[in-house]
Amino acid sequence: MRKLMKNVSHLVLPISVMVLLIIINLVKGADYFTITMINGALYGNIPNILFGASELVILSIGMTLVTAASRGQDISIGESATISSAVFVWFVLRSGEATPVTIIVGFLLSCVVGLGLGAFNGILVSIFKVQPMVASLILFTGGRSIAFMIDGKLSPILANDISNRIGTVIPGIPIQTPVILTVVFIALFAVLLKTTTLRLYVETVGINPNAARLNGINPKKVIFLTFLIMGFCSAVAGFIAVNKAGRHDSVNLLKNIMMDAILAVAIGGNSLGGGTFSITGSIIGAYTIEMLNRTLLRLEIEPAMIKVFKAIFIVILMVVASPVVRDFIKKVLDRNRTRKEE
Amino acid sequence: MLSETILEMKDISKSFPGVKALDGVDFKLREGEIHALMGENGAGKSTLIKVITGVYEKDAGLITLHGKPIHFRSPQEAQNNGIGTVYQEIMLCPNLTVAENMFIGRSHTPIVNWKEMNEKAARLLDSLGIPASPIQELSTCSIAVQQMIAIARAVDMDCRILILDEPTSSLDEDEVQKLFELMRALKAQGVGIIFITHFLEQVYEISDRITVLRNGKLIGEYKTSSLPQIELISKMLGSELEDISTIRKHEPVASDAGIPVFEAVGLSSAAGVRPFDFTIHKGEVNGFAGLLGSGRSESVRAIFAADKVTGGEVRIHGKRVKIKTPLHAIKHGIGYLPEDRKGDGIIEDLSVRDNIILTLQVLKGLFKPFSLKEAEKFAEEYIKKLNIKTPTSNTPIRSLSGGNQQKVILARWLLTNLEYLILDEPTRGIDVGTKVEIQKLVIRLASGGMSLTFISSEIDEMLRTCSRLIVMKDREIVGELRGTDLTENDVMHMIAQGGKS
Amino acid sequence: MASEKAIKQKARLSNSNLLFLIASVIFVLMYLFAIISYPGSFLQFQTFFDLFNLNAPLIIMTFGLCIVMIGGGIDISIGSVCGLVTMACAVYLEKRSGSIAGAILLSMGIGILFGILHGYLIAYLEIQPFIITLSGLFLAQGLLTTLHKNPLNVTMPAFVNLRDFNIVITWLGTRNRLGVFIPCQIKPGTIIVAVLLVIFASLMKWSRFGRNVYAVGGNSHSAMMLGINVKRTKFITYVISGLTAGIAGFVYIMTTGAGNIGNAAGAEMKAIASAIMGGTLLNGGVGNLLGAPIGTLTLLVINELIRAAGVQSNFQAIVSGLLLYLFIILQSIIMSLRDRKRFTVALPPWLHLSGKGQA
Repeated sequence: MRKLMKNVSHLVLPISVMVLLIIINLVKGADYFTITMINGALYGNIPNILFGASELVILSIGMTLVTAASRGQDISIGESATISSAVFVWFVLRSGEATPVTIIVGFLLSCVVGLGLGAFNGILVSIFKVQPMVASLILFTGGRSIAFMIDGKLSPILANDISNRIGTVIPGIPIQTPVILTVVFIALFAVLLKTTTLRLYVETVGINPNAARLNGINPKKVIFLTFLIMGFCSAVAGFIAVNKAGRHDSVNLLKNIMMDAILAVAIGGNSLGGGTFSITGSIIGAYTIEMLNRTLLRLEIEPAMIKVFKAIFIVILMVVASPVVRDFIKKVLDRNRTRKEE
Repeated sequence: MLSETILEMKDISKSFPGVKALDGVDFKLREGEIHALMGENGAGKSTLIKVITGVYEKDAGLITLHGKPIHFRSPQEAQNNGIGTVYQEIMLCPNLTVAENMFIGRSHTPIVNWKEMNEKAARLLDSLGIPASPIQELSTCSIAVQQMIAIARAVDMDCRILILDEPTSSLDEDEVQKLFELMRALKAQGVGIIFITHFLEQVYEISDRITVLRNGKLIGEYKTSSLPQIELISKMLGSELEDISTIRKHEPVASDAGIPVFEAVGLSSAAGVRPFDFTIHKGEVNGFAGLLGSGRSESVRAIFAADKVTGGEVRIHGKRVKIKTPLHAIKHGIGYLPEDRKGDGIIEDLSVRDNIILTLQVLKGLFKPFSLKEAEKFAEEYIKKLNIKTPTSNTPIRSLSGGNQQKVILARWLLTNLEYLILDEPTRGIDVGTKVEIQKLVIRLASGGMSLTFISSEIDEMLRTCSRLIVMKDREIVGELRGTDLTENDVMHMIAQGGKS
Repeated sequence: MASEKAIKQKARLSNSNLLFLIASVIFVLMYLFAIISYPGSFLQFQTFFDLFNLNAPLIIMTFGLCIVMIGGGIDISIGSVCGLVTMACAVYLEKRSGSIAGAILLSMGIGILFGILHGYLIAYLEIQPFIITLSGLFLAQGLLTTLHKNPLNVTMPAFVNLRDFNIVITWLGTRNRLGVFIPCQIKPGTIIVAVLLVIFASLMKWSRFGRNVYAVGGNSHSAMMLGINVKRTKFITYVISGLTAGIAGFVYIMTTGAGNIGNAAGAEMKAIASAIMGGTLLNGGVGNLLGAPIGTLTLLVINELIRAAGVQSNFQAIVSGLLLYLFIILQSIIMSLRDRKRFTVALPPWLHLSGKGQA
């Protein structure tokens, strides 16, 4: 029970936002939760959100770790994903016919590339002590062009059955494949956090690198590791995105996704200044952003105005969660508590 | 001499979570006097200063300036009311020039006249004999010069009250003399100066009056000429007589016989401690004595490789080993409780449980995490053993009092099953009860065969626990005292005379 | 004796000036290389002026961003605010009541409004600058598309005149292949860049506010203890950044003559890159406003060089990324060497950079 309370307390922000959005949607139309079966697969508002947010969820998991350990953000995640997925597409197209083997080998290859790109940023941040945002600015600037060079032409098309199934649905399974992949990925991470001391190390380094060092943790290694994980997350997100799209558009694939990923981390109740983190919060944050986008669409707000509402929404959220307001609330709560004790 | 009161503080109290930093303190500063504020670490000197200058808000009490009650909300306000302050840490901007650091935040003209400012600064630097050029960037000056510049800034502000919070710790003899000349000149002009320092000779050389604080309480105000040095030291250090009886000094076990647990030869570190030799045997408790800045902390940090080790040899049980990082030290069974609890010790936002298991977990490895149940068991065990007062093991350590935080860090090290534990000021800034508990624990651990190094600013604590004291001065070992009938006097004489006793 | 010591001490270059010097040297080397490789185009004065003529908005935005970065913050909304301003001006000028003076006021007003919003939330409510200016980016983009979706050409005669207005320098120019003398032409935007450069460089160098910004970026806690109003200083930096984004928007539409959704898209990242190349550190407290145009020009010359070499346009981004990489590594190495006092650059006494006259 105690543990439950602790887990809930930092999720108050993202969950209350989600509840608010659900209420707005229900007011708009009671059919919000309706799910229909089309060609053996489930469709509806909720499945669409789960489907649409897959890449964002995966990327915000990595972003959470990077933020927690290095107290900064990686802004090159969209570019990393584009490059690694370009390698995947290049490999699949080069090997002629797409078989499960080529897809898997291609995917693994793209993961290696993703790890390499993560290492590139990680070395800059951990060894050269460059701020994460500046370090990742490099890949952000040149990344899409590298992807284009790997492609060799504009938007190579992935026209094969397997890719199509990975991007949409596998016949016989009612849930869209990206959703399944995301769930698998989240489970993988849950296992990772359960079977290693990663959380303790990352949080310690993020909160107090000096104390971490004096207790035998090497902050450089931990920060480097989080960037490697970020690279892996980018590769997986790129893989899903390119299979969803069916072609590799190196200019627009996952463009500006880092903004949403950072936002998801913040909405999830995590400090962008590093320290303790909640991956659950970031995941909920990512789905909340997707839900917000679709809610604004559903409210038939002019597509042009969506960004305006999004901006206003973020500002209100951040003001509510801002240190000044939070301190004020804490003061009021403390006063009440001491009164009770007396 | 005129002795009109400029600043008067009455019954000042200030608490931080878990600690009462100031408890009903009175303080009076008269015109044209140099008033030394004395006390060991954690006595409340800096807190008192920060209450005057508006950095902290007092909880209770009254401050009057020239007879009028005041209440500053920011350092700027204090500055505007004629209170100039030089803080212990240098509060200047490293990326600005020397001249700018002297004048920024003071002028109200929208335009900076570099030529005039540089000329004024040059004149001031010259008159104070500070070897710096006004156009130099501050970061290129030595720490001593930076401190002098901070003083020059405060002096130039035409203030009626000048507060100097340990300004001399980084100055050499000549520079100190220059500062004193300056202080005397200001005194002649009727400026009241509050002077904080750890150097007793300086107090006797320059001050007119002394106010002593201990553990946040006022001990008394004395005329410097009527307070002998040895009496001042005893007033500063005090003794909790009521508790001594409960701590029994433990007899050194097989003290010098056999192979030492830890042995260092010619050890030196990047933090600037001179190469030193050091040994400790099984079951021994020894301590480094010396004033703040004497190098006692730097020495133990070198043993633990907390600072970069630059030379020397280390043996454990007679076997030569390489200790280049804290992890090496931990793996060889050495633990270190750092002096700066907040900066180097606790992981603020993590729970008491995570803070306790941290180091053991690091030793166990990345792929072998403790289950929540195991961690909970360890945490509960040590919370009970060390009597840590915390609502639950899941409470963030930041919300505990200083003493309980210290116990958590102790628990962290005890859990790792070590052979040699270094405690650097474990009793600083914590309540009396916990201080006694920690001392008892030290004795108990030593009886159990652990070797310990115990450092404290309160010499009587070390006398009660240590069987051997290594005395340091100016980053060098100047002597060693041993035996069960040591007195505070012996130690103080040795510190004062630099090992000639 | 002490004064002798003081004189003997060479005035070491400040970090700001050192990084600026590196940036300038690299720029000059780059340009010389360009002239040697492609004398046909780079030897022409017009090529040099065109760098300004075509990229004035970017340089102007970089000014504001530099100031924010020196104060220890970041503003990623500037590109979108600039884009929004172009469209707002276009819509306004196409109305019958529109006037050029009104458009200028409108641009600056929009910019300042955004600046106030950001500055208040960041300085007084202590919210992370990245998130706040990110929502500023969304807000500006959203308003831009709401305002008008399609490219909007401004047809107002007075404005068209202004757009096509060139300042001709009759005594400077080149002869084309036929031997006809073509004088150099400067767009009004270039003049604005020059004026703003003087204003902002002076502001940062000679005004109380400018020095406070350096102090706040260098160590905001110390700055507070020295009696500086840290919050207000931070607030003003964001207002300035908003203002420059507004001015950049007007210059943009003055150059292209049309409002478009894609205007100045992604300019914030180019501006950040320019600022870093010009020697401004993201950590704050270090930077030189003169470095802003140098950084931008370096970036542009590289792109021009690559284009002249006939390489795919895609390669440009990769090379600028690589260059940024070299810059960042170089900065990081120099700064860490300086910290260890193993590296000093001392200037001879007769060469003191801008304004820091010997007392």
